[in-house]
Amino acid sequence: MANETEIKYLTPITVETQRKKYCRFKKSGIKYIDYKDADFLLKFVNEQGKLLPRRLTGTSNKYQKKVAQAVKRARHLALMPYVADLLK
Amino acid sequence: MVRQYETVFIMTPVLSEQQIKETVQKYQSLLTESGAEIVYENNWGMRKLAYPIQKKSTGFYYLIEFKAEGELIAKLETAYKRDEKLLRFLTVSLDKHAIAYNEKKRSGGMKKQQEAAMAKQEIVKPKSQEEAEN
Repeated sequence: MANETEIKYLTPITVETQRKKYCRFKKSGIKYIDYKDADFLLKFVNEQGKLLPRRLTGTSNKYQKKVAQAVKRARHLALMPYVADLLK
Repeated sequence: MVRQYETVFIMTPVLSEQQIKETVQKYQSLLTESGAEIVYENNWGMRKLAYPIQKKSTGFYYLIEFKAEGELIAKLETAYKRDEKLLRFLTVSLDKHAIAYNEKKRSGGMKKQQEAAMAKQEIVKPKSQEEAEN
């Protein structure tokens, strides 16, 4: 008879269930992204000041374009850096 | 076609207060004389720049929101370009969402401020009731 060996774990394995990403602008009904609000735009750049991709932030294409536009305007007005180290 | 625009310019920090006033006045009169209607103005004051411009690390920011014909923008921007007192400028046209956003911001309709205002009202009300009872 074949031994039915059940695999037992000492600690229950955690299966990572990925939370569904959502577009925060669609969800909260934000229609306009202000380029003057640099603190808010900081959420969409990495610590070097580069724009984060949609696949990380979950922003929809429509609003990603607006985020990019706003960040670029903020950079032009020296509200945000073009290049930085340890921004966060 | 009359549209609503928003323009921000950064003046060099070497200017005196009088010179700043004069510069601002110059652009205000340039706009109004060319038939624009100034909707809103905001002096952000001295701010630190995120990176140096013309070897300066600070600048005076000033924002003007106005309604004007599109041809005026070219005129305004050439005036900006010729002005050595300015470090940077940006003019954007506002769509309906942007106009709504700005009006909301101006009237203090942003969430935090609204909550603060609500809290104040709540504090005021019970007091007046107590006074009435006394």
